[in-house]
Amino acid sequence: MSVLSVVNARKSFGAVKALDGVSLDLREGELLALLGPNGAGKTTLIRAIAARLRLDAGEIRVFGRIADGRRTPPELGIVPQEIALYPQLTARENLDAFGRLHGLSGADLARQVAWALETTGLGDRAGEPVQQFSGGMRRRLNIACGVLHRPRIVLLDEPTVGVDPQSRDRIYDVLAGLARQGVSLLLTTHHLEEAEARCSRTVIIDHGKVIAAGTLGELVEQTVGRYRLVTLRLDGAASDAAAAEITRGARTIETDPADPRLLRARMRDVAIELPPLLDRVRQAGRSVDDVEVRGPSLQSVFIHLTGRELRE
Amino acid sequence: MGTLLRIGWINLKRDRVAQALTFLLPIVFFSIFASVFGNQGEDRTPRIRVAVVDEDGTDFSRRVVEGLKKETGLRVRTTTPPEANAPALDRASAERIVRSGDVPVAVIIPRGLGAAFSEQGFGGDGPRVQVLADPSDPIAPNVVQGLMQKVVMTAAPDLLMAGGMKQFEKYGGGLTAEQRKAVAQWLPMLKASAGGGSGGGAGPMGVGVDVVDVMRTDNRRGSLISFYAAGIGVMFLLFSAVGGAGAALLEEAESGTLDRLLSTNIGMRGLLAGKWVLLALIGIAQLTVMFLWGWLVYSLPLFSHLPGFFVMTMVTASAAAALGLVLATLARSRAQLSGFSTILILTMSALGGSMFPRFLMSESMQQVGLLTFNAWALDGYLKVFWRNAALWQLWPQVLVLSVLAGVFMTLARLLARRWETA
Repeated sequence: MSVLSVVNARKSFGAVKALDGVSLDLREGELLALLGPNGAGKTTLIRAIAARLRLDAGEIRVFGRIADGRRTPPELGIVPQEIALYPQLTARENLDAFGRLHGLSGADLARQVAWALETTGLGDRAGEPVQQFSGGMRRRLNIACGVLHRPRIVLLDEPTVGVDPQSRDRIYDVLAGLARQGVSLLLTTHHLEEAEARCSRTVIIDHGKVIAAGTLGELVEQTVGRYRLVTLRLDGAASDAAAAEITRGARTIETDPADPRLLRARMRDVAIELPPLLDRVRQAGRSVDDVEVRGPSLQSVFIHLTGRELRE
Repeated sequence: MGTLLRIGWINLKRDRVAQALTFLLPIVFFSIFASVFGNQGEDRTPRIRVAVVDEDGTDFSRRVVEGLKKETGLRVRTTTPPEANAPALDRASAERIVRSGDVPVAVIIPRGLGAAFSEQGFGGDGPRVQVLADPSDPIAPNVVQGLMQKVVMTAAPDLLMAGGMKQFEKYGGGLTAEQRKAVAQWLPMLKASAGGGSGGGAGPMGVGVDVVDVMRTDNRRGSLISFYAAGIGVMFLLFSAVGGAGAALLEEAESGTLDRLLSTNIGMRGLLAGKWVLLALIGIAQLTVMFLWGWLVYSLPLFSHLPGFFVMTMVTASAAAALGLVLATLARSRAQLSGFSTILILTMSALGGSMFPRFLMSESMQQVGLLTFNAWALDGYLKVFWRNAALWQLWPQVLVLSVLAGVFMTLARLLARRWETA
């Protein structure tokens, strides 16, 4: 069931089309990654859903109801990209303040604050001012303040930007826990690995348009297909003649123009296709230092779709 | 070295606020102080407002009143309201308008003064002129006292002469018939020359004048201190209100907490109201601390004026908080806010009397001062601590400051729309 639908959303800032007809659905209990390079329109879309920005055209439905775009729908929890906390307040005081502003009080508030401190692993630092926290701790608290009031949908704008891998894992553990409770989460990221490893579905957005959407498997099927990417590193640069010998008859093999020792091949069945390639290398008078086999990834999907790598 | 200069120059060139603070602000201040202290323009000599009560009603006293009216340094009024056909002032009403601050000085020409003069001339023990003064203006009573002497000498020289001759005859023996005739011929000439010229011949003699402090302040120094406490207090109240509002809105917008707050139940209206109450409470605390310090160290009579102090402090702090919010919603960045508000606050403080009492400024500058926030606040505090005004007498200040607070909050609400849905 779709809890949040964006239909043909359009928004321009002057001549720049930030959103150029975006449509997407967020399903109940899923963790949906909104993936795209900087300036793709991710934050604009999140702000529009949160009613912090008015669309030029299109509509947003929350639990089937058209959002008026003036007030943040009450079912939503927002986690902004910035660390939107009061640095001089302690973790507990920040949680308490935002809990109250979201309408919590009394025993319910105390219970939720305790839950948030426990979930984010900040229980033993609850009495310290936030300004003394590390980047990862602030990020976790930033998320906790947005989900404290048990929203049914949570929008997270780059929730893991600038944090170390351990904190990142911890953040995704928190999000996965929420999803298990039936909360639907939409997060923006430009970390392919995160989207691939931790999200149930991915929507790829670029230049204000959705260019692909689905699970990793669906995206791979729709784009690059079920190929493995095989990279060989030779003991030395292959001469033109040798390269011609090795790549003979195989359209899916190419040398890396930046590093002539590297050969890349796309293979549908590695067990059948790799041995003949190794033979040809040997015949060309070269030996293989290293072999890397990679399954289809969002990276390859993204490159296939946009013609470029996704970089921060 | 050259590179550092170049970087500095480019930074300054691209930073409008820094340019304004560096070049515009000193010019603005120079101009304000030149206007306030240099009495530029048509208002070259500030005229002292003085109420005159003629209890004597003799030819002599009427001539003194006329003489005072001719003085270019004075603006004389003899009636209760300033209109010409209004009832004449008496001692009580004159004292009232001095105490209320309408005029700094009133001159009472007592009954019998003219008669005493024509009998005794100078130096007699007849009734003495009284100058009712509000000592918050230390200059006006002295000027009026001096001008009084001059006017008496020049306004009625014939009467003085006649009185003098009588005294002479009494103690120096009678005049001959011939001398009497000569004096009788001379007196009309003296009368004809009255009021003209620059009043020579004051000599060592003069009319007896007493300066009476009608404020009857038991603690004059402490009361004057209250004026400075209010002056400086209101200026810093504005600074802290603007700083607080800047922190409340611009900093929160930058850090993202504003977005987060706006996605909760409170909305922009609730947010502004909350910030306003907070800033006003901080302002009240700030002024209270300032006056308590004045009470502790300079014997400022705070506790004998508590109700008036609280009324003025509440409306002043509320209006200052609202002004801070307007400026914060108007500014695009904190640098812009601090630059713009520094100029505005210092200008208002100079014109509004936080740095130099308004009642000592020229009349036109006093009128200009009424356009500032500070002037209304300070007038209120002056009424409370100096004039011992009753609470109801504060209504003009309370009304103006309350209306200002309302207008400022409405403006802030309109300007804050930019943070709502874009």
